[in-house]
Amino acid sequence: MVDIAFGPEPGPRPKADDPAAHYMELTRRRRLYGTILLVFFIATMASGFHLAEERNAGGFFSGLPMVFAFPSEVVAEAWEKRANLPGLFWSYLPSLIETLNIAAVSTLIGGALAVIMALLSSPGLSPWPRLTPVLRRIMDASRAVPEIVIALILIYILGPGPVPAVIAIAIHTTGALGKLFSEAAENSDMKPVEGLTSVGANWMQRMGLGILPQVAPNWLSYGLMRLEINVRASAILGFVGSGGIGYDLKIAMQWGLGRYDQVVAIFLLLFLAIAVIDRLSDNARARLVKG
Amino acid sequence: MTTTTLNPSVSPSLAQSVTAQFARRKMKAMLLPLIVLAYLIYSAMAFDLPGLASRARMDNAAILMSDFWQHKTHVTRNNRSGVVSIAIDGEGKGTYPAGYLPEWVSETSDGTKVDLGNGHLITYFDGGARYEVPGYGDIVITQTADGVTLDAPQPLPEWISASESRVSVTTDAGRFSYTRAKAETLKYQAGWALFFFGIESPFHYMSWPEIAASVLWGERVEAERSNISAVLHDFWTNSMWRHGDVAWAMFETVLMAFLGTFGAALVALPLAFMAARNMMPFASLRFALRRVFDFIRGVDGLIWTIVLARAFGPGPMTGALAILLTDTGSFGKTFSEALENIDEKQVEGIRSTGANTVQRARFGVLPQVAPVLLSQVLYFLESNTRGATVIGAIVGGGIGLLLTQAIQTQKDWEDVAYYMVLIVLTVMAMDSFSGWLRRKLIKGNA
Repeated sequence: MVDIAFGPEPGPRPKADDPAAHYMELTRRRRLYGTILLVFFIATMASGFHLAEERNAGGFFSGLPMVFAFPSEVVAEAWEKRANLPGLFWSYLPSLIETLNIAAVSTLIGGALAVIMALLSSPGLSPWPRLTPVLRRIMDASRAVPEIVIALILIYILGPGPVPAVIAIAIHTTGALGKLFSEAAENSDMKPVEGLTSVGANWMQRMGLGILPQVAPNWLSYGLMRLEINVRASAILGFVGSGGIGYDLKIAMQWGLGRYDQVVAIFLLLFLAIAVIDRLSDNARARLVKG
Repeated sequence: MTTTTLNPSVSPSLAQSVTAQFARRKMKAMLLPLIVLAYLIYSAMAFDLPGLASRARMDNAAILMSDFWQHKTHVTRNNRSGVVSIAIDGEGKGTYPAGYLPEWVSETSDGTKVDLGNGHLITYFDGGARYEVPGYGDIVITQTADGVTLDAPQPLPEWISASESRVSVTTDAGRFSYTRAKAETLKYQAGWALFFFGIESPFHYMSWPEIAASVLWGERVEAERSNISAVLHDFWTNSMWRHGDVAWAMFETVLMAFLGTFGAALVALPLAFMAARNMMPFASLRFALRRVFDFIRGVDGLIWTIVLARAFGPGPMTGALAILLTDTGSFGKTFSEALENIDEKQVEGIRSTGANTVQRARFGVLPQVAPVLLSQVLYFLESNTRGATVIGAIVGGGIGLLLTQAIQTQKDWEDVAYYMVLIVLTVMAMDSFSGWLRRKLIKGNA
């Protein structure tokens, strides 16, 4: 009723005398747009794959039969030396623990920084609202830099080891979790904060007693999800840079034939660790969300 | 009026138990940070954090930081032939043509003068060189039959190191070294050298207004093409920065992410229909598909990437396939969960008109789940653009390859900075593009 004051909406008016024809026309036009979009999408995908294929060292169809060649070669050799596997598991356990430690420590550090960033960058919660856009851009940038870039540069400065990987993953985690945390904090109920303000609580108390209890389950759940991602990232960083089981995998792979039992041992350890952590964090998250 | 007693309706025992419960909770709340702290201390020990200080190479950090924002020009005189060459970063492709001198180098009757600014002046004369340092005095080096001799105000400060065969001086203005074979001065200047035009391009020797003028109405610099195309060609094929190659590499990385993500979505959609409880009547097939998804996700992108790189060789196709395979597992799981949560009433309505399975899926199910699925796919596209850099480093394709190469040579840090800026800008652009697309597709024309 009120909208009448603003006049009719822009665009063609429905034909009041023949709604069926109008509906059919609308449907046909939507189908046409959909088809054009689909054709465009398929053409892009096809030409993209063609281009990627041209710029690749090996072709797709020539490589396809080879997909299982390497795994079967590896598994065959490992099967011959299957007696070594338990010993190898044991010897690679410290590397696996290092990889998991890298993931856990970087999640903790990044999570702690993300809490600070999130509270400072949520309008309505931040003590310095003018800072929020700056902090948001910082988080965007730290999310955009791939971990590998920071890790490789830090390896040059700090030398090979787990610390560059921790810093690299922690920076990325700060950006990624900071965004999710601040979204959760913005949607929280402001009444407890107002209540605390009225009794003279300072900012720390308002956040700790008013906001934190509301968002803790959500934040913990996001943090666990990040931990799963970071375990994988830590393994990959080990492979490209140094530290943890990823590095052992690279060494074993470079050796090639003759050490495939080690490759299989590392694959299995990594697979099991990721599966166990995923399962544990899935269960914990389900409990957190359902209360 | 003040009351000193609690609300009388609360019995003392209840008050006590509540207080005790609060105290226990407080203890628990205190315990968690302590456990975290203990764990961090343990891992600091495990990572050998105390030993890190000794292993850290702060001089490397200084090189890196200075390379990020400035470049150095080598002015070298071969003392045997007397030929002076001027090269940016000391590289062959950064060497000025013979006879060309930048304005801070001049040939005079006394010899070659290099002006480092702020009164620092270096002169290469026959049989030696002189470095005038303001506030200190003249450092004069003369060549003898079996080495070099140094004449400078005593005592020698620590920024001059001298031996019988070599003298080197490091000041804020630059670095200078003299041996019997050559005299070399390094001048540091802010900015990335030769970023727009290589040393071989005529446009390198022009200022921006001059380039604009020559593009608009100037004579043709190269007879066979117009100036604007010559400018673009020289920029694109710049031998120092290789903008053309870098752009291709960046495009390859985005291509990998695009093909991988949308390819995975196309593969996962039919599989997800088969793995959803309300679509697939055969429990065993459903179960098998679920385990396949779990397996693909569990094995992890790293291992898939290695296996695929063995089969297909380095390149963007391998990277795209690695992303495709890994994401098929994730999409399969999330898509099938979304399909299980649909509203059955619409499917029933379609069924009542006599539609077959495909029609029910197309008109009853897809319109409900399309926004959810699309939003997930776009989220993955964002993170895969970043991930494609790492995958490129493993399989050897795209910007990831260039980046790891530049880092491993430990020399061209300005290239590393350039690639980093490009990657961050691309990822941010993809971020806002997919955000825009998501809003557009899901909320209508918002």
